[in-house]
Amino acid sequence: MQKQIIPLKPIERVWSQAMQIGITTQPFSAESREKAPRIRDAKVVKSVCPYCAVGCGLNVYVKDGKVIDIEGNPDSPINHGALCPKGSATFQYTVNPSRMTQVLYRAPYSDHWEVKSLDWAMEQIAQRVKKTRDETFVERLEDGRTVNHTLGIASLGGATLDVEENYLMKKLFSGGLGVVSIENQARI
Amino acid sequence: MGSNMAEAHPIAFGYVVKAKEQGTKVIHIDPHYSRTSALANLYVPIRAGSDIVFLGAIINYLLTNKAYFEEYVMNYTNIAALIREDFKDTEELDGLFSGFDEQTGTYADQSSWDYQRDEQGTILTDPTLQNPHCVYQIMRRHFARYTPEMVEQVCGVSRDVWMQVVQTLIENSGRERTGVVCYAVGWTQHSKGVQMIRSAAIMQLLLGNIGRPGGGIMALRGHASIQGSTDVPTLYDLLGGYMPQPSALLPQQTLADYIATAGEKTGWWSHFPAYIISLLKAWYGDAAQPENDYGYSWIPKIIGDHSHLMTTYAMLDGKVKGYFLFGQNPAAGSTDARLQRKALEQLDWMVVLDLYEVESASFWYKGTEPVDPTKIKTEVFLLPAAASTEKEGSFTNTQRMLQWRDKAVDPPGDARSDLWFVYHLGKRLKALYADSTDPKDRPIQALTWDYERAEPEPGSRITDEPDIHLVLKEENGYYLRSSDDPQRTYTLRDAPHVSGFPALKDDGSIACGSWIYSGVYPEPGNNRAASRDPQGYTFQNWGFAWPANRRILYNRASADPQGRPWSERKKYVWWDEEQKKWTGFDVPDFPVTKPPDYRPPAGARGMDAIGGSDPFIMKPDGKGWLFAPKGLKDGPLPTHYESAESPVHNLLYHQQSNPVAKYNRGRPHNQLAPVGDEHYPILATTYRLTEHHVSGPMTRWLPWLNALQPAMFAELSPELAAERGIKNGGWLVISTPRGEIEARALVTRRMRPLNVAGRTVHQIGLPFHWGFQGKSTGGITNDLAHMVLEPNVSIEEAKAFTCNVRPGRLHEGA
Repeated sequence: MQKQIIPLKPIERVWSQAMQIGITTQPFSAESREKAPRIRDAKVVKSVCPYCAVGCGLNVYVKDGKVIDIEGNPDSPINHGALCPKGSATFQYTVNPSRMTQVLYRAPYSDHWEVKSLDWAMEQIAQRVKKTRDETFVERLEDGRTVNHTLGIASLGGATLDVEENYLMKKLFSGGLGVVSIENQARI
Repeated sequence: MGSNMAEAHPIAFGYVVKAKEQGTKVIHIDPHYSRTSALANLYVPIRAGSDIVFLGAIINYLLTNKAYFEEYVMNYTNIAALIREDFKDTEELDGLFSGFDEQTGTYADQSSWDYQRDEQGTILTDPTLQNPHCVYQIMRRHFARYTPEMVEQVCGVSRDVWMQVVQTLIENSGRERTGVVCYAVGWTQHSKGVQMIRSAAIMQLLLGNIGRPGGGIMALRGHASIQGSTDVPTLYDLLGGYMPQPSALLPQQTLADYIATAGEKTGWWSHFPAYIISLLKAWYGDAAQPENDYGYSWIPKIIGDHSHLMTTYAMLDGKVKGYFLFGQNPAAGSTDARLQRKALEQLDWMVVLDLYEVESASFWYKGTEPVDPTKIKTEVFLLPAAASTEKEGSFTNTQRMLQWRDKAVDPPGDARSDLWFVYHLGKRLKALYADSTDPKDRPIQALTWDYERAEPEPGSRITDEPDIHLVLKEENGYYLRSSDDPQRTYTLRDAPHVSGFPALKDDGSIACGSWIYSGVYPEPGNNRAASRDPQGYTFQNWGFAWPANRRILYNRASADPQGRPWSERKKYVWWDEEQKKWTGFDVPDFPVTKPPDYRPPAGARGMDAIGGSDPFIMKPDGKGWLFAPKGLKDGPLPTHYESAESPVHNLLYHQQSNPVAKYNRGRPHNQLAPVGDEHYPILATTYRLTEHHVSGPMTRWLPWLNALQPAMFAELSPELAAERGIKNGGWLVISTPRGEIEARALVTRRMRPLNVAGRTVHQIGLPFHWGFQGKSTGGITNDLAHMVLEPNVSIEEAKAFTCNVRPGRLHEGA
């Protein structure tokens, strides 16, 4: 099929010429020409807002191993790139000087925190779990009914945990250790 | 109702505004005027906690005037079913149903709520709706006292305004039109919250609004994966996919007994054995064999209510020694927070994983009052956690949709994902228990726990992060044996994936940790939670909505009994007569080849018992339950009770408040104000602000958000402010029998005094985001709330309690 050429109207011709002037003469300084949005060349990582349950899509921009910006994902049919104030602040939630980066430990009756290694803390916690479980585990009630549980340990999770994290928690605490009170913000 | 969608779920509310622009009528019914109200066609101020009267009167109107969607209701609900003749309604027992046991304060015997059946088990019905024991007649009697006059008296809403709501609903019901109800914790956080939602469900069934596009009841859940936490779940009374946690209080000592009491013989839940056995195989692997009931005895049995708040009491009693908090902050975020902080002091040890040093980690040296650390024994391990951008994984949003997050960067310093923590804790515990010969240690030894990465993550300095795709595969399900060659066995790593839950079996040949999620990862390299194609009418390739990627549940109801769309306008899923199958814009929520005219033979079992025009396949009779013959702890029909604390007496029955709520009356800290107490004459309700999140751990450390919403405040009407001499912008103290807090006064017409039962009832509104840690601090609203729990789900009543207010600061000279 032959392509139909529609002649430009006079006003469009003027615009067209004006645009060409813009292209050819480049009325910008070298500095202006070199300016680029800071997210240019950043790696875009697809994510989801950690706040409410609407599930807005996020674009996380990473440069030199650092998150430099977080914006709404325009492809998401949920938010089409828009975010509310909290979602827009996700960057500051994750990149924040107040965040903890070390393990802190408070001994019984102590009045201060102590910095500890992650490995030390993990081993201590495992020891506490075993000790408490062994001391409080009930196999049978007095009337002989099997319960195989401990009421001496409890867990409460937030609802920003991933599905997979919740799955392992329930599996380990309930299926492995017999902990009964495994709870979540979902109850609240 | 029960939701301030514009401020709590702003992006989703954009669709409501768009719909309004296209002619949809938006009604907001709430004690607190908000941006949601401002954008609605009609705003109805209501007294907090009176919703069942408002909705009950609508139900009464629909029934009395036959204004319900008759063809839908007659075919898809249990309106014609006969209930046992010994059932007694609240009409006969002044606010109680039959089966109530004074001693325990529970409906110990619910047998009278059940259907009448013939010898073969078929439910008896009366399609003429004349039998006095049919659901229709029981509902007519039950809701007769829910009148427009009562709406005026109890809710403080004029009958003209109420009638506008009724008319709008009726105009948007039928073949051509639908209506949707959106709610949030404004309904769940009541001592009768489940029955509030039930009222809406009954109303929506009567209007023909369930299972259809533009219909339904939208639970606007509050957190990124709160739906996921419920599904998987991390709740004491559930196993994966809504199977109950076994109980020693029920005859559930063996797997067969558990299946007999927890499963169903008819309907989709007849697949229960396949789901529980696949879960046990996922957890215990080769150690789960038919001879040992697949390890069923290792699953801990509950012996009562072990919910979060009842556990708080157990802590106060010294029964809980160790506590894990994974990104949760009860010291400010849970009801009666003062009591929560006291409970933490009774622990031997606790572990807190969070991004910031939250109130629950620092309670031992800091609080709303001076704290002496030398008197507090609790040993505290505070571990830095990874943020959502620093780990991959899925969130399940409020539409049941799993969406995958890719990992952007490593977490800082010693911060790790919660997945890392749980995996490595499990590894260490398995090592500690490896040599034990004690039978009590068999479950931890038997637990399958190999999520090691085959290779370290490229570019990450964390070399021991577990392989999350293996966890996802276990949730999805995988084959343990080859169906062609039974000698060929597989491990989690090398096993073929299960394509979806219809493939699950009860013979132990498949492992599946979460049957409702089955299908999310149907083959290697195809993680459907990470699908990101935004095309199509129902976005089938964006994320994965459980079950089976269905976007609307019970969507068989979007077609008429003959299988045709109710109308061209509301076309969604229908029966294709030529191809002899269900088809449409969504995955049909129905056996795909079951014709609409299928009628189950007498005595049919399993899905054969579900007729071709019975859309509610999760129910054993396939019907939408207007009347709930079982499953609820506080009655088969919603009944209005006053909140545990109320300024007025119940005008409908002598029974003042929910008879089976958990009051914890013997507890010294959980004091309640008596009904109409002049010391606490004001009704308080609580809500979220757009700029903050729950008790603030994810927002009060953020200068951007603190700049937008810098301080705790209370909203009160000009009338109340004038009465008490409180100035806009000045300080006021709010007190309840549990505690006192201070806040800035926001004197506004957004809170309106209501005329209730012939007197003026003032209401105040309180956001609940503050605490004593973070970059913005302020009064803890949860210090005011009490610990009376809803009987079905043990949720606190934070949306309606009584208080008093006075001008000034909490401490002199502050």
